[in-house]
Amino acid sequence: MALSKETVKYVADLSRIELDPQELEKLSLQLQTILGFIDLLNQADIEGIEPTSHILPLNNILRSDQIKESLTIERALANAPQKKDNFFVVPRVIE
Amino acid sequence: MELYSLTAHQLTDKLHKKEISSTDLFSALGKRISEKDSRVRAYVRRNDAQLDLKPTNQNNGPLAGIPVSIKDNICTEGINTECCSKILEGFKPPYDATVIRKLKDAGASILETKTNMDEFAFGSSTENSCFGPTHNPWDLECVPGGSSGGSAAAVASDEAIWALGSDTGGSIRQPAAFCGVVGLKPTYGRVSRYGLIAFASSLDQIGTFTKDVRDCAILMNAVSGHDPMDSTSVDTVVPDYTGSLLNEVEGIKIGIPKEYFVEGMNKEVKAIVEEAIVKLERLGARAKEVSLPHTQYAVPVYYIIGTAEASSNLARFDGVQYGLRVKDKRMIDMYKKTRGEGFGQEAKRRILLGTFTLSQGYYDAYYLRALKVRTLIKKDFDDVFKDFDCIVTPTSPTPAFKIGEKTENPLDMYLSDIYTISANLAGIPAISIPCGFTKSGLPVGLQILAKPFGEETILKIAYAYEQATKWHLHKPEI
Repeated sequence: MALSKETVKYVADLSRIELDPQELEKLSLQLQTILGFIDLLNQADIEGIEPTSHILPLNNILRSDQIKESLTIERALANAPQKKDNFFVVPRVIE
Repeated sequence: MELYSLTAHQLTDKLHKKEISSTDLFSALGKRISEKDSRVRAYVRRNDAQLDLKPTNQNNGPLAGIPVSIKDNICTEGINTECCSKILEGFKPPYDATVIRKLKDAGASILETKTNMDEFAFGSSTENSCFGPTHNPWDLECVPGGSSGGSAAAVASDEAIWALGSDTGGSIRQPAAFCGVVGLKPTYGRVSRYGLIAFASSLDQIGTFTKDVRDCAILMNAVSGHDPMDSTSVDTVVPDYTGSLLNEVEGIKIGIPKEYFVEGMNKEVKAIVEEAIVKLERLGARAKEVSLPHTQYAVPVYYIIGTAEASSNLARFDGVQYGLRVKDKRMIDMYKKTRGEGFGQEAKRRILLGTFTLSQGYYDAYYLRALKVRTLIKKDFDDVFKDFDCIVTPTSPTPAFKIGEKTENPLDMYLSDIYTISANLAGIPAISIPCGFTKSGLPVGLQILAKPFGEETILKIAYAYEQATKWHLHKPEI
C-alpha cells in the first residue's frame, strides 16, 4: 500500500518521536519500500489459521503472594535524569 | 599458544593443574584487547588506554577464574549497559540479569567493558552502534555481522575467551558465521531473559559465542534453566550438555530444505555448505531434501512482529527513569525531543514501522496476518521434525559484506537474515559453526536446527563435524 508522508508524521507523533523534515522525507521513502516488500504476505493463504503470538504452551504463570526484597527507592532512582524527594521529576503536566 | 587464544575448557584444565593463575590469564587478555581492539572495535570503550584486567570473582565453581564478555544489552549491576544507544547513555543497571548472576555463581568473572552491537540489537552488521562499527577480524573492511557483532569479533580475534549475545532474528548465528566462531541460539524459554533489555519479547533469546563446541556446551550448562523472574522461561530439566559431545552421528537424519538453496545465493557459500553436508554423510548421517514451504514469508513476518513488539518495548525510553533527557517545558515535547535525539535511524525506522502495523485500521491487515503466517512457518518445522532429527542450512546467503555496503538500503540489510529468522519465529534452537572459507579468506557458517529443546542433538552433530574438520582452529591475522 502507499504510505503518505502525513501517515508517517502521524505515526511519529503516536510514537512520540520528533523528526526533522529531512528525516521524515527519508524515512517515508524507506518505510514505503519495506511495506512494499511486506505486501508479499498477501499471497499467503491464512484461511482458518489461528494466530501465534507466542510459541510456548504457557499461560497464567502464577506465584505465591509473598513479600520479598525489592529495589530500594535509592537504587530505583539512581539513573534518573532528574529527581527530588524520592520522586522522578518531570515537566509540569497540568497547566 | 598464548593464553588468550585458548578455549575456556583448556584454560580450566591449566588452572586446575596450577600451570597458570587466573591473574596471568586476565593480564594476558587485557594486553590482547589493548593491542588489537583499536583495529577491531569489538568492545565499547571510551579510550584506547591500556586495559589492566583482574579477576573480579572469588567464587569457586566450574567456571572459576574464567572471564566472560557480555553484549551491551544484558544488564550488569553497576556496569554501563547502554544497548549502544545514545538514549541509554550512562545507564548502570541496579541489578544483574539472571544469566550474569548464574555466571557469577559458577565462578566466572564478568568483563566490565561490554561488547559492541547494533543499537537495541536492530541490525545485521553492528554498524548501527552509537559507538561506531566493529570490524571483522578476518577482513577489517568488512562487517562482523550483527547485531551481536562485538561478541563475535571479540571471540574470533582472541580478545575474549567466550561471550554472551542475544538473538532475535539471527543476531548470534549470522555474526558467528561471518567471524568463524560457534554461536548458539537456544530454544525460546531455555535461558532466562530477565535483565536482557527487550527488543521483541516473543523472539529474543540469550545465547553463546565460543571458540569450539565443547565450550558452547559448558557455557550452556551455566546459563540455562528455569527462572521465576521470567514467566516465559520453561521449567524442564537442563541436561549436562557436555554429555552430547560423543563424536557419533551414525544414522542421524538430516533434512536439507530446498527453499534455502535457491538462485541468488553466493556460489562459494553454496558449494562450501554442500561439501559440509557430504562430510556429515560420510560420518554416517543420512541427508535428504525436505520442504519448508512458507520460507519466503519469514522475513516479512519477522519485520512485522519484531517491530511491533519493539515499538511497544521501547516506549519505556522516555527521559523519565533513566538515560538521556532533552529538556522542554511541556511533557509531551520532552518525550518527543528525547526520543528524536536519543534514537538512531534504524531504531526510529523500526519503532515507526511497528507503531504503524499496530495502529488502528492496519492491525488486521499487517499484525494479525503476520501472526497467522507465523503459525504456518512453525508448522513447516513441526512437520519436518516428525521424520528428521535436524535441519542443515547455510547460516547466511553470503559471507561478510563490506562496511557501508548496505547502510543506505535497509531492505537489503534485512534480507541478510533470510536463513536465521525462521528459528526465532518457530522458537527452535539453532547453531552456526565454521564450515570453510571463501577464496578471499572469509569464514562461512553452517546452521544446524532442531526441534524445541533439541540442543543436545545440535551439539552432538556440531561436535562430530567440528572434530572431523577442524575449521574452528583457523585464526585470523590481525
